[in-house]
Amino acid sequence: MSEASQISNSLVKNLSYKLQSSWKTLVVGIPYIWLFIFFLVPFFIVLKISFAESLIASPPFSSLFQWAEDGALQIRVLFDNFAYLWEDELYITTYINSVKVAFISTLICLIIGYPMAYAIVRSSPTKKNILLMLIILPFWTSFLLRVYAWMGLLADQGTINNLLIWLGIIDQPIRMLYTQFAVYLGIVYSYLPFMILPLYANMEKLDITLHEAAADLGAKPITTFLTVTLPMTMPGIIAGSLLVFIPATGEYVIPDLLGGGNSLMIGKVLYNEFNNNHDWPVASAVAIALLIVLVAPMMLYQHIQSKESES
Amino acid sequence: MSKDPKLAHRPWLDPEAEPYIKIQGITKRFGDFTAVDNVDLDIYKGELFCWLGGSGCGKSTLLRMLAGFETPTAGKIFIDGVEMNDIPAYERPVNMMFQSYALFPHMTVEKNIAYGLVRDGLDKATIQSKVEEIIDMVELTQFSKRKPHQLSGGQRQRVALARALVKQPKVLLLDEPLGALDKRLREQTQYELMNIQDQLGVTFIVVTHDQEEAMTLSTRIAIMDKGKFIQTGTPTEIYETPDSRFIANFIGSANIFEGHVVESGKEHVLVRSTRDQSLFYIDHGSDLQENAKVWVAIRPEKIKISKSPPEQSDHNQLIGTVDDIGYLGKLSNYKVLLDNGKIIDITYPNQVRPKSGDHLVDWEEKVYLSWDASSAVVLTH
Repeated sequence: MSEASQISNSLVKNLSYKLQSSWKTLVVGIPYIWLFIFFLVPFFIVLKISFAESLIASPPFSSLFQWAEDGALQIRVLFDNFAYLWEDELYITTYINSVKVAFISTLICLIIGYPMAYAIVRSSPTKKNILLMLIILPFWTSFLLRVYAWMGLLADQGTINNLLIWLGIIDQPIRMLYTQFAVYLGIVYSYLPFMILPLYANMEKLDITLHEAAADLGAKPITTFLTVTLPMTMPGIIAGSLLVFIPATGEYVIPDLLGGGNSLMIGKVLYNEFNNNHDWPVASAVAIALLIVLVAPMMLYQHIQSKESES
Repeated sequence: MSKDPKLAHRPWLDPEAEPYIKIQGITKRFGDFTAVDNVDLDIYKGELFCWLGGSGCGKSTLLRMLAGFETPTAGKIFIDGVEMNDIPAYERPVNMMFQSYALFPHMTVEKNIAYGLVRDGLDKATIQSKVEEIIDMVELTQFSKRKPHQLSGGQRQRVALARALVKQPKVLLLDEPLGALDKRLREQTQYELMNIQDQLGVTFIVVTHDQEEAMTLSTRIAIMDKGKFIQTGTPTEIYETPDSRFIANFIGSANIFEGHVVESGKEHVLVRSTRDQSLFYIDHGSDLQENAKVWVAIRPEKIKISKSPPEQSDHNQLIGTVDDIGYLGKLSNYKVLLDNGKIIDITYPNQVRPKSGDHLVDWEEKVYLSWDASSAVVLTH
C-alpha cells in the first residue's frame, strides 16, 4: 500500500468516526431539544407569569422586565400570587383534597391492581397475552368518551339505576353521578392500567424459586408474601403508584364530568382561574405550586433510591 | 474416593438397619407425562446419596416431592419415621439448596442465612450466634454485610449452603449443587461439601447429571432414567459392575461386544462374539443358559495396548490398527480399528515420556489388545 493511500485511508476512518460520534450526539440530542422547547421553555414562561401582576390587557399580566427612566433594567418579581394561595383557605383545602383523592385512588388501584398483575404473571403464556390485551384495550377508545360512558352508566336515569329498579332491588334511583364516589370510580377505572402494567413488568422478573426457598426455610405463605414478594415488588409498586398519583392529583376531566360542582380538585381551580377569572398570574402560581407538591416527593424517592443502590 | 468412616459398616447391607428416608411407590404425573414412575428407595442416616441422571429423567421432580414443592400422584415418603405427604413444605424437616441458589436479592448474606432461624421463632441472641458460627464455617465472615449480587458464584453457593444448613435439617437436599461453578472451584467445593457433611452428620441427597461429581461425593449412587431408578450402589459397584449397557455407557464409557454364551459356570463365563467369533473369558460366574444372547462390556482403561503380541491365548485378545490418537497429557485415548470394522476405545496412561514426540504406538500401526479375565462384565440387557 502506498503512503498516500494509507494517509487517505486513515483520513476516511477518522472522518467516519467523527460522523459516527456526531450521529450519536444527534440521536441523544433530539429528545433533549424536544424537552427543552416544549417543556422547559413553557415551564419558565409559566414561572415568569406566576411572578407577575394581573392586568386587564393583552397579555393579561404585567411584564417582569422593565426599563427604568435612566435606562437601567428593572426586574419586578411579585410573590403576591403565592402569598394569596397561602392565605386563601380555598386553595389550601383544594390542594389537600386533591392529594387526598389521588392518594385514596392510588391505594384502591394498588389493592385491585396488585392481585390482578400477580394473576396475569402466573397464568399460562397464551392466557397471559389475552389478559394483557384486555388491560390495554380500553386505551383504543378515547379517554373522554369512556368518562362520558360512565356518566351514562351512573346517572339517576342511567343504566345501573334503571337495571336495579327493573330488578326490583331499589325503588328510588341511587345518586351516584356528581358524587365523590363517582370521582373515585372514574379515577380508579381510568388509571388502573397504569398501576397494573409496571407491577406486571416488575413481577414478571420475580423468580418463583425464591418463594420456594422461603417456604423451604419455614415461611408460611403469608410470611413469604410479606418478607419476599412485597419487598421485591416494591419498585413496581412505587412506579405504578407514581404513575397513578401524579396525573390523578392534577386530574381535571373526571372531577368535572363525574364529580360535578361537588368536587374540589386543583385541576378544576386551575381551569377556573384561567378561563373564568382570566387571572393568569394566579393560575400560573397554582400550577407551579402543584408542580412543587408533586415533584418534592418524587425527588425524595429518587434520592433514597440512588443512595440505596450506592450502598 | 467416596469416604465416610461413620458409614464404614454400610447400613444398606444390614437387613436390621432402619432406613432414615423411605420412598415407597412414588409416582408423579404431569398430564400424560410420567415424570417419576413408581419409585422405591431407602436412604440411611448420614449417607451422601446421589441421584444421577440426564435432564428430564425425573430426579429433580423426586427431590421437589421430598421438599414438598410437588405432591406425589401416588406413593408415600417417610422421613425419620414420619409420613411427609400431608406436611407442607414450610413444616418439613428438610432444607434445600437450589440450583440457582435462590438467595433473596434484597437481603444481606447475614439476613439470608438468618431467614430460616427467624421463621423458627428463635431469640435474637441465638440466631446471631448460629449465623456467625455457620458464616465462619463457610468462610464468609468478611462478606456478611454484602448482598448476593456483590458476591462471586462460589461465594453465593456457600451462602446457599449455609442458609440451608443453619437450620440443622434432618435431610439436606442439593439440586445440582456445583453446576454453576467452574471446574477448579467445583473440585475444591466437592471436598468442602464432603467435609461439612462429615462434620455435621446431616443426611445429604444430591441431584446431579455430572457423573464425576456423583462418584466423588457419594456413599451411594442411584442412576435414574425415564422416571425409574435403574441401578443403585456404591460408586465402585456402579462403575465396576454395571448391570446394563445403559449404565456401562452412562457411567464412564465402555466397549460393548454382542455375543452368545458358550460356557457358563460358577466361576466363569465364556462368550463368543457374534461379529468375529473371538472369545471372551470372564471370571465372574453367572446362571446364564448356554447360547443366551449377552453383551460384554470392557472399560477403555482396562485394555492393554501393545506393539508386540502377548502370550498366546485363545481368548481376551484382539488385533487391530491404530485409527486415531488423542493425547491428553497424563493419558492418551486410542481408537483401534479391528479387522471386522469395529472401533475399540482404549485409554492408556503415559507413564514413560515419549522420545522426540513419539507415541507409545503410532497411527496406522498394528497393535495387539488384551485384558484380564476380571476386567470384563457380562450384561444381559
